[in-house]
Amino acid sequence: MDIKELPETKSSDGKSKMKNYRKYFLLTILFAVIAFGIIMLLVSIFEHKQEARNPFFRVVEISDTTEDPEIWGKNFPLQYDGYKRTTDQVRTRFGGSEAIPRTPTNADPRSIVAQSKLEIDPRLKIMWAGYAFSRDYREERGHAYMLEDQTFTERQIAAKQPGACMQCHASVYIPMKKLGSGDIFKGFEIMNSMPYEEARTHVSRAIACIDCHDPVTLQLRVTRPAFIEGIRNLKESQGIKNYDVNKMATRQEMRIYVCGQCHVEYYFKGTEKRLVFPWSKGLTVDSILAYYDAYSFKDWTHAETGAEVLKAQHPEFEMWNQGIHAKSGVSCPDCHMPYKREGAFKISDHHVRSPILNINKACQTCHKWSEEELKTRVENIQGKTFQLRELAMNALMDLITDIKEHRVQNSSSIQIAEAQNFQRKAQFLLDFVESENSMGFHAPQEAVRILGESINYSRLGQMSLQKNSRK
Amino acid sequence: MSVQKKYYINIYVLIILIVIGLTIGIGAYTFIYAEGGSYLTDKPSACANCHIMNDYYESWLKSSHHAVAVCNDCHTPDGFFPKYITKASNGFWHSWGFTTGIFPDPIQIKEQNKEVTRESCRKCHFDIVENIERESLETENVPCAGCHKDVGHR
Repeated sequence: MDIKELPETKSSDGKSKMKNYRKYFLLTILFAVIAFGIIMLLVSIFEHKQEARNPFFRVVEISDTTEDPEIWGKNFPLQYDGYKRTTDQVRTRFGGSEAIPRTPTNADPRSIVAQSKLEIDPRLKIMWAGYAFSRDYREERGHAYMLEDQTFTERQIAAKQPGACMQCHASVYIPMKKLGSGDIFKGFEIMNSMPYEEARTHVSRAIACIDCHDPVTLQLRVTRPAFIEGIRNLKESQGIKNYDVNKMATRQEMRIYVCGQCHVEYYFKGTEKRLVFPWSKGLTVDSILAYYDAYSFKDWTHAETGAEVLKAQHPEFEMWNQGIHAKSGVSCPDCHMPYKREGAFKISDHHVRSPILNINKACQTCHKWSEEELKTRVENIQGKTFQLRELAMNALMDLITDIKEHRVQNSSSIQIAEAQNFQRKAQFLLDFVESENSMGFHAPQEAVRILGESINYSRLGQMSLQKNSRK
Repeated sequence: MSVQKKYYINIYVLIILIVIGLTIGIGAYTFIYAEGGSYLTDKPSACANCHIMNDYYESWLKSSHHAVAVCNDCHTPDGFFPKYITKASNGFWHSWGFTTGIFPDPIQIKEQNKEVTRESCRKCHFDIVENIERESLETENVPCAGCHKDVGHR
């Protein structure tokens, strides 16, 4: 409406009339803005109410033979979306992974790998001398890469790897059942003793929904035979007979055991390469070492010292068990797959990753301090563990150097046997912290205790060489 | 006053009346649709009208305090005006957050509301805490819920 058209605006009291119109105009705008806001609120409430209404749409049928996670993802798009994000490569202070470009070859078509830990700390090559890990040992990447990185690691070239590796590097629930004609334990035994390349032809993808979830109830279930046997042995040592993990574990325990199927210490038993979790004496590093000693088991003979040594492998489950979070009943997914909100849904974040990259959801649900404060606390624990790890590594290097010298001087094997045994202990303890993926955080005091004992064994080994050479 | 002038004023007044009327009407409907009346009560279920509060509501049901204290006992101050001013302020900011989508998730308590909960413990437990609240001990800022984390809800 054009006010200028009014003839009165040119009269003497025109200006005050204009002001009156302007007041009306501003009042209209004011109420229009309020109405605008109210409608925004109304629509938002409407949308949120709709969100709360549709909990789940089943668009495809899923059965015990559905392996492809993309099919599961049609029913569970939010979980599937997170699962696919495990391809992310993000560095943390003491872990995570960096995307390092490499030139693909015929033998290894990967164009991106994670950083090599051997290059970061060459002392690892000496610790593992004579073992495939001294050839290629990298920071682990997300779940999405488990099969690819296992297939193309140089360790495959350095030594023949058994099919037993597959239990934790591929979706094996359906392949194992097929191999065993429906009996997963039988399939497990068949796959264990296959050469890696042959086992590789039976699997097609990294861990998928079916490896952790029952397809009908979606409840967690343990599918890996080695864990079912391992936890049964552990429970038996605690006086519980015939423990059946899928029937007897609580919901919160299942949230731990499902991860414990792979994030554990293990070895391949006998010529049939049966995958075994060494828990029948307990879960601590000491009881695991006692278990190996009782069988006189060795992973390999150290190339530089001749010691019969052991390799520890990612014992996250065991280490976590000794820590304060385990005592408080906090399970793996509480921090690594924390609950998140998607609309009205509360779901576990299936983007499994370091809690340090997700502090608000992972830590602050329980710990009401600022993100910076919590991050500093974690890195403080890890930094101190790392300091002691450096001391333990140097001590081990000193022992290895000394044993080598004594061998060159033709000391008798009896004179160095004691020192070799100390190397076995020191090395396993150090490796137990080194290979564990939390730099001590999963159980801070236990980690530094282990490192302290490792340093002691290395120095005891050096002293025994001195003592015995004087004989 | 000319006829033409009167005519224009009437149109302006009419537009304003329509706009005001619409605002009141939409506002009233929104109030009913959003169960606005429930917010004037002390019912904990009203706080969980928005599903973001479900977890807190459910864990309060299982907490030690659910038999003796409802949301408003701890999250609003004593007195009619302080109580309803707090409710109004939170009501506004919650609506703002959900409508714009700008808020941390999991949600975090604002300093002003934290102050309210700190004081609320003393409504019932004053006899116990007065002995530890000495100026010389500088405990003024130690929040009860810093240690007693689970008494209300998780």
